[in-house]
Amino acid sequence: MPLLKNEAIIKELYTRVEGEDTLPDRGAVLVDLARWQADRSALIARGSEIGVRLTSAEAPEAIADDLSQLSLVALEFPAFTDGRAYSYARLLRERYGFQGEVRAVGDVLLEQLHFMHRSGFDCFEFSSDQPEEDWIIAQADMKVWYQPTGDKRPTATQLRRR
Amino acid sequence: MYEYDEFDADFVNQRALQFGRQVESRLSGKLSEDQFRPIRLMNGLYLQLHAYMLRVNVPYGCLNSAQMRKLAHIARVYDKDYGHLTTRQNMQFNWIKLSDMPEILLELASVEMHGIQSSGNCIRNITADEYAGVAAEEIEDPRVYCELLRQWSSLHPEFSFLPRKFKIAVTGSEKDRAVVKAHDIGLRLHRNENGEEGFEVFVGGGLGRTPFIGKSIRAFLPTEHVLSYCEAILRVYNQLGRRDNKYKARIKILVHEMGSEAFSELVEKEWAEIKQGALALPQAEIERVREFFAPPAYEALPEEDPDFEAQRKAEPGFALWARQQLAAHKRAGYAIVNVSCSPVGKPPGDISSAQMEGFADLADTYNFGEMRVTHNQNLVLTDVRKRDLFDLWKKLVALGLATANHGLIGDTICCPGLDYCALATARSIPLAEKISERFADPERQAEIGEIYLNMSGCINACGHHHVGNIGIVGVDKKNTELYQLMLGGSAEEDASLGKILGPGFDEDGIVDAVETVINIYIDMREPNEKFIETYRRLGPEPFKDRLYGAPA
Amino acid sequence: MQQVVIANRLTDGVVVFLGRNRCWVESLDDCPPTEQTDEASALLALGVKAEEEQEIVGPDLIEVASHQGTLVPVKMREAMRARGPSTRTDLGKQAGN
Repeated sequence: MPLLKNEAIIKELYTRVEGEDTLPDRGAVLVDLARWQADRSALIARGSEIGVRLTSAEAPEAIADDLSQLSLVALEFPAFTDGRAYSYARLLRERYGFQGEVRAVGDVLLEQLHFMHRSGFDCFEFSSDQPEEDWIIAQADMKVWYQPTGDKRPTATQLRRR
Repeated sequence: MYEYDEFDADFVNQRALQFGRQVESRLSGKLSEDQFRPIRLMNGLYLQLHAYMLRVNVPYGCLNSAQMRKLAHIARVYDKDYGHLTTRQNMQFNWIKLSDMPEILLELASVEMHGIQSSGNCIRNITADEYAGVAAEEIEDPRVYCELLRQWSSLHPEFSFLPRKFKIAVTGSEKDRAVVKAHDIGLRLHRNENGEEGFEVFVGGGLGRTPFIGKSIRAFLPTEHVLSYCEAILRVYNQLGRRDNKYKARIKILVHEMGSEAFSELVEKEWAEIKQGALALPQAEIERVREFFAPPAYEALPEEDPDFEAQRKAEPGFALWARQQLAAHKRAGYAIVNVSCSPVGKPPGDISSAQMEGFADLADTYNFGEMRVTHNQNLVLTDVRKRDLFDLWKKLVALGLATANHGLIGDTICCPGLDYCALATARSIPLAEKISERFADPERQAEIGEIYLNMSGCINACGHHHVGNIGIVGVDKKNTELYQLMLGGSAEEDASLGKILGPGFDEDGIVDAVETVINIYIDMREPNEKFIETYRRLGPEPFKDRLYGAPA
Repeated sequence: MQQVVIANRLTDGVVVFLGRNRCWVESLDDCPPTEQTDEASALLALGVKAEEEQEIVGPDLIEVASHQGTLVPVKMREAMRARGPSTRTDLGKQAGN
């Protein structure tokens, strides 16, 4: 599935390692929370980039102390109507100060991209024939924002004070 | 009232154009119905039994005459010449075409209106006391905070896919006209012992299939923290609210299952992290918004108006109306006028385009061009000079809006029911019509006195039946409508939930049963005792015994 | 048991029924019911396909019965959809608008 980051399609750098599957010899990997917790030292010892994938029932508090070891956190949307990961993304960025990639995976749709970006997601795995065009459409609609989030978009209140 | 600046105006216009794009995507098949449904709901568009239904937000019940005329225009051009006032202070239209929606939203945007978040699993229209700013006994005007909450909640990126819908109500009076204890968050503005403004915060109230009275989780929240505290509540709910069962997904279930103390601890912990952040309200911002709600140019008037007194003596119809429909204003010589939209034998809350336009004219002539919508599905003119009341009344009579039943049994709260609603299991409007006809005699209604009769056409309780002094809920039993009677609910500061009295009745039987209950009350009440007081003193037994027979 | 497929038209939400030649019609009178279970399933499948093709929304099989020479849905809810609101007989299909 295409990956979109910084308005462009990017190549997948991470090898997804499901459950207790064997780790590849080298290269970046994306593992589940349980695998990370079980094999933490071995994963760090590999010397490659590590990503952790959280289900929508796994809050990022579980990895808050590990974030300096991680370059990617992938947050799952089991259905686009399950909005827990919006809070998780904000917590990762605004509470825990995570600077790495926050990736939206699962039921990711054009119409939710803007909310996701505002919440702190910067990478999107979504099924589309034209992801770059979709990104432009999704960002073009709304240009006024009322909520201060970590995305640095100026809110209406901030602009009024200028 | 609040007026949009360029940011607010751009926001609703952009949102209208966005929905135009999304409708196109739906019609071309880029969006499936499953994908489109939450989008249209978040713009106020439902698909009901007969057609699409559009719910237009009336922010905390405040409308101006230009907006009312626009609603009339929409009813006439895009609907079937009428609208319906809802139990959350909004107006809805029952016969909307999807293909007209982009145009309708642009029309609404031109008068600072929209349907954003009038449905969907997000923060809904903020509701408030319909007498905000004018009630004689008011502590503080809640509209300032309603507007700040409205902006904060509009397309909140974190809270647009909550486990379930989320409703916030605000009051600033001792007397609760906003049903704050039946909301996901209820905010009661008051002053502490140092004279500072703050909120008592209730969470986890709600009606529906599992009704709860909200729990107070904070006695005093300084007003500058209202946004951060609500954000903390919503963040806890968004992460922990149940998503496995839509019937258990409201915050009331979370609060009930974990206990309000444990819930409150989580909220306080989250709030401690964000209270000093960007959501803290600078006093200047509060004052900026407060200016919009500055009192209009009142005249210095004597409290009593001699003409008004004389007109009441001369015209019994006017006297009856004035006795029932007026409320005390904080300014001398002014009155708050309740305008009933529940005439005898007609659907509660329905209002025609012509009535909307006529009423907008009255608001311009007598009320500084503004009006309110109430959760009782009525209208209010908040600032009428007593000397104008007689002229106003004559014009209301001509418009068919002079029914004198405020707070009486004919002034029912009633959901659309099976006549319109896709969720309903029984009709409710015909029952409201029959009950108002049974008690049509104004003298009889006045003799019965203050009573709230609420009815819903299903357990979802849009008609607030649990908090009616008399509540009726319709159910479908083997393809026949059956109505259950409950007594003892209250929506006010002494909020309580009614209890079902016994087996249900058919359509005619329930009207008789209501009359029986009223007759028992008349027989057994003490002097000046309201229905709810008599019920609380006697309990359900006398009513049960007469309706179902005394136990052997 | 006689059945028809009911739905709302996507563009305007108007209640429609699956009539002859796979056409969606606004009146139940123009809609031949089926008594065959297989045929009913096939009709519903046509409804599902019509939803995928952005013609209608929410196709559903409903039971109908003859009443004084015309077809009427058996369930109250569907009868309301086929007729219009009972409190406003000047509106909806019953009023021809």
